[in-house]
Amino acid sequence: MDQHLVFSSFPILSTLIFLPLVAALIMLFVNSERYCKYISLCFTSVVAVLSLVLIVGFDTETTKFQFAEKAVWISSLDINYVVGIDGISILLVVMTALIMPFCILASWSYIKLRVKAFLICLMVMETAMIGVFVALDFILFYVLWEAMLIPMYLIIGIWGGPRKIYASVKFFLYTLAGSILLLVAIIWLYWQNEYSFFIPDMMWHHYALGSQILVFIAFFLAFAIKVPMFPFHTWLPAAHVEAPTAGSVILASILLKMGTYGFLRFALPIVPDATYQLMPFVLWLSIAGIIYGGFTALAQNDMKKLIAYSSVGHMGFVTLGIFILNKQGIEGAILQMINHGVTTGALFLCVGMIYERTHSRELSMAAGVGKYMPIFVTFLTFFSLASLGFPGTNSFVGEFMILAGTFQFDIEAGRFPWLALAAIPGALLAAAYMLRMLQRIIWGGVDNPDQSWIKDINAREIVILAPFLFFVLWIGLSPGPFLDLIDASVTDLLQNLTMHRTHSLSLNLMAPY
Amino acid sequence: MLLFLPELIILISALILFLVSLGTPSEKTLRNIVLCLTGLLLLVTLTCINNKGTLFFAAYQIDLYSQLFKLLIAAATFIVIVFSGNTPGIGQRIRAEYYMFLFTGLLGLMMLVSSVELLAIFISLELSSFALYIMVPMRQSSGAHDYHLESGIKYLLFGVMATGFMLFGMSYLFGLTGSTYLKDIIPSISYLYNQPAAVTGIIMVMAGFFYKLGLFPFHFWVPDIYEGAANETTSFVAAIPKLAAVALLIRLLAMVSVDGQILVNLLLLCSICSMFYGNLSALAQKDVKRILGYSGISHAGFILFGLLTFNLEGYSNALYYTIGYAAMTLTCFLTICAATPNGNNLKLEDLKGLHGRSPLLALTFALGLFSLAGIPPFVGFTGKLMILINAFKQGYVVPVILAALNTAIAIYYYLSMVRLAYCSDDSKESVMVSDGWSNKSLALLLVLFIITMGIFPTWFLDMAATVIGATV
Repeated sequence: MDQHLVFSSFPILSTLIFLPLVAALIMLFVNSERYCKYISLCFTSVVAVLSLVLIVGFDTETTKFQFAEKAVWISSLDINYVVGIDGISILLVVMTALIMPFCILASWSYIKLRVKAFLICLMVMETAMIGVFVALDFILFYVLWEAMLIPMYLIIGIWGGPRKIYASVKFFLYTLAGSILLLVAIIWLYWQNEYSFFIPDMMWHHYALGSQILVFIAFFLAFAIKVPMFPFHTWLPAAHVEAPTAGSVILASILLKMGTYGFLRFALPIVPDATYQLMPFVLWLSIAGIIYGGFTALAQNDMKKLIAYSSVGHMGFVTLGIFILNKQGIEGAILQMINHGVTTGALFLCVGMIYERTHSRELSMAAGVGKYMPIFVTFLTFFSLASLGFPGTNSFVGEFMILAGTFQFDIEAGRFPWLALAAIPGALLAAAYMLRMLQRIIWGGVDNPDQSWIKDINAREIVILAPFLFFVLWIGLSPGPFLDLIDASVTDLLQNLTMHRTHSLSLNLMAPY
Repeated sequence: MLLFLPELIILISALILFLVSLGTPSEKTLRNIVLCLTGLLLLVTLTCINNKGTLFFAAYQIDLYSQLFKLLIAAATFIVIVFSGNTPGIGQRIRAEYYMFLFTGLLGLMMLVSSVELLAIFISLELSSFALYIMVPMRQSSGAHDYHLESGIKYLLFGVMATGFMLFGMSYLFGLTGSTYLKDIIPSISYLYNQPAAVTGIIMVMAGFFYKLGLFPFHFWVPDIYEGAANETTSFVAAIPKLAAVALLIRLLAMVSVDGQILVNLLLLCSICSMFYGNLSALAQKDVKRILGYSGISHAGFILFGLLTFNLEGYSNALYYTIGYAAMTLTCFLTICAATPNGNNLKLEDLKGLHGRSPLLALTFALGLFSLAGIPPFVGFTGKLMILINAFKQGYVVPVILAALNTAIAIYYYLSMVRLAYCSDDSKESVMVSDGWSNKSLALLLVLFIITMGIFPTWFLDMAATVIGATV
């Protein structure tokens, strides 16, 4: 086990995981809602600052898991508390830690009822989310993956919109049903690997192809529902629309990434042969998601629904990038995961700000607010352009890399680039629905409702949005530092994949037919 | 004498309550007496935990295993007594008698976990059953319907039938082996695993315990008795006899092993059917106690599934799961009892807006339900995980997948209860909940127990393994 890990002297990952939980425990005994807000803001900010230490101390040369920690948890089954990060997870961990303070700020005046309970739910969510990205023991991963459902269910179910009950139950059932077979697959892998739950131990084995395909299907169900890939996406619009702003941001920016992270961390290295076998299906499902998400978003009048469907399309790009299995594709996919987190998170925050003023998510109700909210629409324009992949913004880099990777994939396979051509309309559709939304919100038409009483965003809201804009432009103009962080791990992943592929093929050749 | 101390205490308590029932004790005096007696029992079982020895011509064995179960039974009873408060479901006039029968039933259960001889088993099982037959219809009549009488009769008829099966099976075992002592029967029967007579005998003996456990196909009484009996009685029936039944099943399963293919397959079938039957039926229910009854059937299936691996690990997992199950059920019933101060049944819609009326109890209820549903990090998840892993090691791949699917089915009805408690607004005619400090601290204690047991299972599993290893 230890050959995969680089231990650190200070348990920084555990600190990141458990600090929010400590905050939740403290808040249990604090009665004042005001103090609860400050406590949660304070703790999440500390976590956010601490997470930057990861970036500073990260070694971009090694492909091992860094900042690792290990402790025995359930000895009789060899279940351990093992955590560590590599290039695939580092950006996700840091993004999670950085977004949480803004979720608290965004709920500052939005949540009026039972504030303390809401903040406790957010804190528990943060613990589980960071834990999912750093867990290196499959049971630890599964426990956090499932435990996350409870606070998220409550966030949607208690503080959500009018159809919150339907949305929360659908979210819970979908996600849980998807991950049930994941547990069986985990136990199967444990049994195959001489009773070890350590994730790196499970990678790059030559399991029988039949079992690999079954395990892949179990993985696929769990992760594709979380992403969500077409046709498993139907829980997403409901959940996004009904959740409070902070809930939507967490869902879009972090929870969806767990699905794609799951593909990268588990599906590719643990069942590589099945990945190669089933890759075409996943790729065409991604294309279907891109096109479907784009067209559906084009028809929405509810802003949150529009962004939710755009997420389906964007996440389609991410899964496309992952499963073309080349360097540009996977690096683009990881970068696009971050980009989607930043831009969609920011867009949901923007919609939340309008909703706080007009108490409606309808496009028609928000039509023409540009006249009275100039600062707001400036931000909104940047984020919308980023979302549609305008050059100079972050999504352009990610989508460009993915599309370039897709072309390369087609060309290497020696055929006409059908796949890449099929994905291109997705980018066009994104421009169409985003510009449509922008046009309505900024200018509207002749029949705009009276918006003259609306105040522009205040200092707190500017503080919330500004960092997102910063990252939109930074990643858009200079993605180098981010790609450096993930490069070593992705290269290693692809090398192993190729080696494994060659090996499997040679084994097949030697089989006595 | 000392070996028999816990049982003696119960016997004396029952007699004291009999004397009390002759007078007209005030509500408060009676409650204090009962609380003192149960507290004393808990202390005594705790001090007797290390006793060892045999009594009554070796028909009655006292070891760590039996004493641990006695402690668990006493603790569970104590919890039920504390949260049932003034037992609003039982008429004031018969309350003392009710407690007397409760203690008699308790005596039977305590004796059951120590019995290692067929007749002793039979007598203690009957002692506990007959007390419960009377306790179930003792509910205060609430207006038009007399569900409690109907359920009392049902419980009696099914119970007597199960006992008949068991006696018949015992006669087979005696006929085949010439002894009524388990320690003689087990080695002799091991040559006869696949003989039809032995299979029939063993299955029939187990039927008696399947009945107590509420396992398919001996589950028919469960929903009706859960619904018909007073909330306090249901709490008792839901948790405590199951502990004793599992104790005895572990002893009896030594008769079977993986080699007895027919038996194993039959039991596996029972366990899987139990899970599906319980979970699917629960989906359609409107009464909270009925839902928990059906969920109990499916959990019984899970417990049996754990036992069917026939190794020490499997037995300790099953024991761990049973303890966890008792804790989770009691957590839920605590809320049910607290939410019905008038002793009525709790309909699903009565849960509406519970979080507004009592945040702590709503949280307790939700966590108990999530745990029953098998969501980490609670004990329900860890228990299921252990059982599934162990079953996988034994090669039960298809049953493991079926069991996992059941978790997905079950989540719906658990979630619908949480949904009502949390996401709906208060209904107009909802009654206040009684959340005094005793209920609150008990709720906190149980929740902490569920979480600790779920996150740090090692100590519990080790303890279970030591205890069982010394016996089987």
